[in-house]
Order: sequence, then structure tokens, then C-alpha cells
Amino acid sequence: MDAERDRGGRVSVAQSARERARPALPRVPALAVLAHHLVGYRRTWRAGLFSSFLLPVLTVLGFGFGVGAYIDQGIDGVRYLDWLVPGLIASTAMQTAVNESTWPVFGNFQWVRTYFAQSAAPLRVGDILGGHLAFVVFRVVTTVAAFLLVTALLGALRPPWALAALPVTALLGLAVAAPAFAYASTVTVDSWLAMLLRFAVIPMTLFAGVFFPVESLPLALRWLAYATPLWHGVDLCRAAALGVAPQWSAAGHLLYLAAWAAGGWLLARRAFRRRLVV
Amino acid sequence: MKRFGDFTAVDGIDVEVRAGEAFGFLGPNGAGKSSTMRMIGCTSPPSGGELRILGMDPVRDGPAIRARLGVCPQLDNLDPDLTVQENLTTYARYFGISRRVARARAAELLDFVQLTERADSKVEPLSGGMKRRLTIARALVNEPEIVLLDEPTTGLDPQARHLVWERLFRLRQQGVTLVLTTHYMDEAEQLCDRLVVMDGGRIVAEGSPRALIDRHSTREVVELRFAAESQEAFAGKLDGLGERVEVLPDRILLYVPDGDAAVTEVGERGLHPANVLVRRSGLEDVFLHLTGRTLVD
Repeated sequence: MDAERDRGGRVSVAQSARERARPALPRVPALAVLAHHLVGYRRTWRAGLFSSFLLPVLTVLGFGFGVGAYIDQGIDGVRYLDWLVPGLIASTAMQTAVNESTWPVFGNFQWVRTYFAQSAAPLRVGDILGGHLAFVVFRVVTTVAAFLLVTALLGALRPPWALAALPVTALLGLAVAAPAFAYASTVTVDSWLAMLLRFAVIPMTLFAGVFFPVESLPLALRWLAYATPLWHGVDLCRAAALGVAPQWSAAGHLLYLAAWAAGGWLLARRAFRRRLVV
Repeated sequence: MKRFGDFTAVDGIDVEVRAGEAFGFLGPNGAGKSSTMRMIGCTSPPSGGELRILGMDPVRDGPAIRARLGVCPQLDNLDPDLTVQENLTTYARYFGISRRVARARAAELLDFVQLTERADSKVEPLSGGMKRRLTIARALVNEPEIVLLDEPTTGLDPQARHLVWERLFRLRQQGVTLVLTTHYMDEAEQLCDRLVVMDGGRIVAEGSPRALIDRHSTREVVELRFAAESQEAFAGKLDGLGERVEVLPDRILLYVPDGDAAVTEVGERGLHPANVLVRRSGLEDVFLHLTGRTLVD
């Protein structure tokens, strides 16, 4: 018996099953995962449509025209409304990305258990994670597109450079979504998810250069703002929308956001593996 | 073998499931059944020992093996945002099945599990039995060679259980290898060609349901209930009756080759139980004998 125990046992299942034609696996498995999320979205998108159009209208009206009316000299020589809108685009992208990466990810582990169903199929952890992240990027890009459309109609946007906001916000979305995936797949109680909103999303929205220039903050806080992924997205979107050079080098911005995305990806993949391969 | 930190969930089991058979893992909660199933399903690498599925190594060939497996987990994990049909078609794409083939197969499978009328309904309002059948249908979407079922009928009403059993029986007839866990003895007797009884991560018995009963129990069981407060008092007077006497708080079980003869003998000893039941020995007797009556929740 002891020898058997050292060996750890031997289990074999259907060793001699008749060999069938080997099933063809999906060429890019993550795309099948993305397709799953898109089919689900087809059932729920109408509910979100109203808010994705209404929110930009209200913020542009309230802050741009309302608050903007009190700001006579504008910022950096442009009208406050024009200065504000690209920042709002970036912060909307961030908020969409975080919303799509917190409760949905937590729920896919804890409530509906979709990830476990997926891991029983011939998918790897990276496919499951990558497919869902791709869906989040899709949500970010479509929300930003709706925002661009509305603000263009309100005359608060100067195309065509503003279109550069689409790829920029896609990267920004990835830079915040990937770490949020890691966070949401690590916490065990969903009330921790709200902490991410309270201590990361709201402070970033307020102080990362969306509503006023980061330069008006005290020096220490200014560096905190520079460290957030949002500020880099804001600066790039603003440069694109106003047709001016960004405050930092564009390549530096993109690399910094890519670093957040890559770091987040590694953390998220590790956290996913801990949950799915046990 | 499977270890979680200091805890050994599955401790050196030796099992060979042959292609085309229905094989059961029986055991109380915590016996290591689900851990074993997850290892066979290639989502849990073994901590030791050797594991081969379809002749392949689950650690190295996980996706290739999973492509030929169907998995029906203990907890349903259907997507509540999708319709019944979409749950099948989206899952089919994970196996590289084209949209057209997936739709055709979904229709066939919904017919197989009798859910055709609910094809366009959402998952949420379905009954437990319907969800289970849909989960089984989803496990079949890739025409698997092996289907893993972790407690396939737990929580279902009798009608739903019988329907599931009947469908599983048909799968086995089609040559699909079934590997299932259960703690329902009637389920094991109905479905399994062979089974192992697990307890504390180890195998305590192995064989066909019939062989297990022959080996670990007697042909018949006599259940005696005495009107008195305590059954204990009567136990001594039953010594030597049959192969084994088991005293429970509410009744006494006699394991005997011939039930009627034993009942006569009880009468001859001047005992008059309030209630007498003679029945054939079942897998449940084997199970309780091997794994004990203590609650393990």
C-alpha cells in the first residue's frame, strides 16, 4: 500500500477509445470568447444605449456650456468647452472600461460562473482572459464613438483629428481594464469592487486633468496625477482634438499606457489561473 | 493524487476506465470525487501519480483532450443572458465548430433533451431539470468521446431524474464513455457498469454494482423495529443471527442470506418487533458499510 501511495496512483480514462477525426479547434480561440460576449451584449445593449448618449449630452451641456460660461479666458487659449470635451472622452473611456471589468468579471467567477464553463472547453486561460478583454475594448470604443458623434453634433468637436481618440481610448481602456480584471478576480467579496471606484476611478476623474490642468495642483499631487493612466489618455486625446502637440511625447504616453496594459495582463492572467486551474 | 496545501483530497487512487463503459465514482461529500473529476477534466493538474486521458497527458495536452470531452459540472454554469439555443451555439464555437453546423447540432441536441420548444427562451425561467438537461446538451455539442458528469441529477425531481437517466443510457448505447459521480445509490445501480467507492480520498471498493453487493453485503437485509425506547436492549438477544447485526437509534438491521428464515428465528427467540421488513441488499448497504454512517458535511 505504501509503495502505491508513493506512486500517487494511476488513473487512465478510455485509453483505447476509437480514434476519430481530430476535431478542428478554433484558429483564434479568444475570438470565440469575444463572440460569446458579443452575443450576450446583443441582448442587453439597448439598456445601455440611452446612458451612453445621454451622459455626454448632459456633461457637455452642464460643464461645457454651464461652467464654461464663467471661464472667460479659456484654457491654453481655447474655449473651455473645447478644452474639456477631449478630457471627458478619456474619462468616459476609463469609466466604461472599469465598469465592464469589475462586476462582470467578479460575476463570471462567483455568480454565473461563465469562466468555469469556458475553461472546460479547449480554451487556455489566456484565451478566456483575452476574449473578455477584447469585449471590454469593444465597449470602450463604441461608447467613445457615441460620445464623439454627440459632441460633434453639438458643435463641441473638431474633426477629423478627433478620430485619433478612438485608438487612444482603446489603449487607455486596456491600460485600466487589465489591472481591474486582476483586481476583480482576486477579491472574494463584491463590496471590494466599490472601493476601486471610490479610491481609483473618482479621484482620477477629478484630478487627472479632465476638468482643469494638472499644473494647477501642488507639486506632489501633480506627480500623482502624472502616474495615473488617465492623465496620459487625457493629454493624448486633447492634443488630437485641439490639433496641438501633447505635453509629453506621444510615444512616451503610448508606451506608458502599454506598460499598464502589459503589467495588468500578467497580473490578471496569474489571478485567473489561480481561480481556474486548481 | 491531489493535494491542496497540507490537505490531500485524492490520495493515490488506481482506476482504469475502459472506452465505452459507464464508470461511477461514489462516496460521501469530501471523498475526493469532484477533485478527481476536475483532474480528469484537465482543469486541475494532479499533484502526483500518473493520469492519462484518451492516452494523452492532461498537463501537456489539456486543450486537445478537452476538445474530445464533454463536461457537465455539479453547479450549472449556463449563461443567463443568452437564450437556450445561444448557450449551445456560442459554446460550440469554442470547439471550432462553424456557425452553420453549430445551429444544426443545437437543434438536434435540444430535441434530444426535449427542450426544442424552449429554444428561444432565456435560461433564467427554466426549471432545475431543464437547466440540467441544457447543461448536458451543451456537454454534447462537440460530439465528445467521454462525458464527465458531476452529480448529474442532484436536486432534480423524480420525473426529471428519470429523463436524464434515460438520455444518459442512450448515450452509452451510442458508445460514449460516461464517467460520473453520485451519492445516489439508485443512480449508480441504474447507470454504472463499474464503479469505485471513495472515502477520504482513497478507493475502498471497486467492481460492478452486483459484485460489490455480493462482496460487501449479504443477499438480504431484515429491518426490525421494536416498540421500546431503545433498540439497544434487544441487540444482545439477536447475537449470531446472520453475518452482521447493526443497531441504529430507530431500528436494528440484520444482514442475512435468507430474510424469512431469520424472521422465523427472531420469533423463536421470543422477540416481537413492532415492525419487520425484509428486503434485498442494495448498493446503499454497501456504501454505508464501507463509508460509515457519520455525517461528513
